[in-house]
Amino acid sequence: MTFLIGSGAGFSGDRTDAAIPVVAELIRRGLPSALVFETLGERTLAAAHRAMRDAPDAGYEPLMDELLAPVLRDCLDHGIAILGNFGAANPAGACELVRRLAARVGRPAARIGRVHGDDIRARLADLDLAPWEAETRALPGDEDLISANVYLGAAPLVQALELDAEVVVTGRVADPALFLAPLVHHFGWAWDDWDRLAAGMMAGHLGECGAQVSGGYFADPGVKDVPGLATLGYPIIEVESDGRLVVTKPPGTGGCVTVRTVKEQLLYEVHDPVNYLTPDVVVDLSQVGVRQLGPDRVEIGGIKGKPAPERLKTTVCYEGGWQGEAEISYAGPNALARARLASDVLRERLTFRAPPELRQRLDIIGHASVFDDDDGALQRRMTAAADGDYRLRLAVEHAERGWVERATQELLALYCAGPAGGGGVRRHFQRRVFTASYLVKRTDVEAFATLIEESCHAPIAS
Amino acid sequence: MRPSPADAAIDAKTVPLHRLAHARAGDKGDRLNLALFAYSPEHYETLLRHVTEERVLALFAHRGASRVRRYPMPGLGGMNLVIDDVLQGGVNGALNLDGHGKTLSFLLLGMTVTVEDAEPQR
Repeated sequence: MTFLIGSGAGFSGDRTDAAIPVVAELIRRGLPSALVFETLGERTLAAAHRAMRDAPDAGYEPLMDELLAPVLRDCLDHGIAILGNFGAANPAGACELVRRLAARVGRPAARIGRVHGDDIRARLADLDLAPWEAETRALPGDEDLISANVYLGAAPLVQALELDAEVVVTGRVADPALFLAPLVHHFGWAWDDWDRLAAGMMAGHLGECGAQVSGGYFADPGVKDVPGLATLGYPIIEVESDGRLVVTKPPGTGGCVTVRTVKEQLLYEVHDPVNYLTPDVVVDLSQVGVRQLGPDRVEIGGIKGKPAPERLKTTVCYEGGWQGEAEISYAGPNALARARLASDVLRERLTFRAPPELRQRLDIIGHASVFDDDDGALQRRMTAAADGDYRLRLAVEHAERGWVERATQELLALYCAGPAGGGGVRRHFQRRVFTASYLVKRTDVEAFATLIEESCHAPIAS
Repeated sequence: MRPSPADAAIDAKTVPLHRLAHARAGDKGDRLNLALFAYSPEHYETLLRHVTEERVLALFAHRGASRVRRYPMPGLGGMNLVIDDVLQGGVNGALNLDGHGKTLSFLLLGMTVTVEDAEPQR
């Protein structure tokens, strides 16, 4: 029988009303189903650890309340399991929030499962670590290390579902594992049934970014038009016991599911498509094909699987000093020349007003910014309209906040000491958390699940 | 760097990839992947011929790209391009406004290619 998995969020900061039509459709279809909130990226995990360092009660998804409140009661009433990595750096805090929310919607006895084992900070020094293939940075010293989290696979999430958890809270797990877990639990797939596990992982890969498979992050007006972006429907993935997949979305919502939207998401963040590494299976996409079955219904076939890798990826967060940004606008006649002069003045000022190790970058937004490198190679060789609306941006980084403040203050000083007509200065500073990726032996990782009332009496492995 | 519509007018057979293909960027650390798909099957060969590892490396050289690997995906009418060290620190280390490099799919789509039949289509 078909199992349905809906997506309620594809990143931290996503629309918080997305799950409502998804859950309504899951209920209407009356099939066994689950709802997944994926809210944890490399950036978000680092931000969560930064937040928890400043306030020990923080460190889980800040939008959890808004994401869960509209659908929690309906999911509990209809047996739709909710799985989310919204625990981020602090799954215990996230579980407590779910418990309070469940009580608020009249279901104080809701069963909440927590996945443990991703946090290996305390054991990091004793583990056999290998750098991830594209990692060039050395492991930070103890004094700079903030956190180390393994990308867990689906097994501990399946364990939580076997404990009859109605809501499963995780920290760092592989995003698609959130989708694979209810499939393994429902269909009873074996852990060496590589083709089915691969199909389940790709169901997750297609759904994990929310609307990115149903018309979000796709529209290019006049080229790739998408209807109803303001009411975009988040995906529902239909999975059969043999691993057949169909991507669809709730009727009456905006967006579109087409072979093109599905193809873009299939390869999103994939490197070698023949060896797409996940904790539970190595996926081979070389034979994959997509087919439009009808409006907003696309079938994916030909997904193959190979045995899971011996090592699991681990994200290490460490102290990154301070970053500061400051901007000022120049508009109207000769604006580009005034913005360039301001940029040159800042560069010169920083040579004698800041230490040489201060890292800096100057963009002229509207002329060259995001495509450029830190040294401004594109800015120098590109041409742009002399008159226009340009915004000069300075970004700096240093271990000490004081130097970041002083450097950005040099941009502020352009108000009186820079070119004519500059306005609209904004500046801000933030602590940086750098990340690096390593591989640990899977046999060194001890992952498991508990229900939260049980975990109150057991030591928490974090 | 980014071609204007006037660039296409210089030679009717030379068009930006944007006319033939769509793309999406994804990141892991300091590594970027660009998935590129032809709108119509006959342009898949055009992509294979012109969007080479060498040209893509040259396009991103100013950002410190060190290596490009291309994975053709005939079943999808497209390819996956994996570019190392192009994000100048990646999402948690870059000073770039776009540390993810999400906008870079459109830097790729600005690359010009030659279409043999001179009939670019969507």
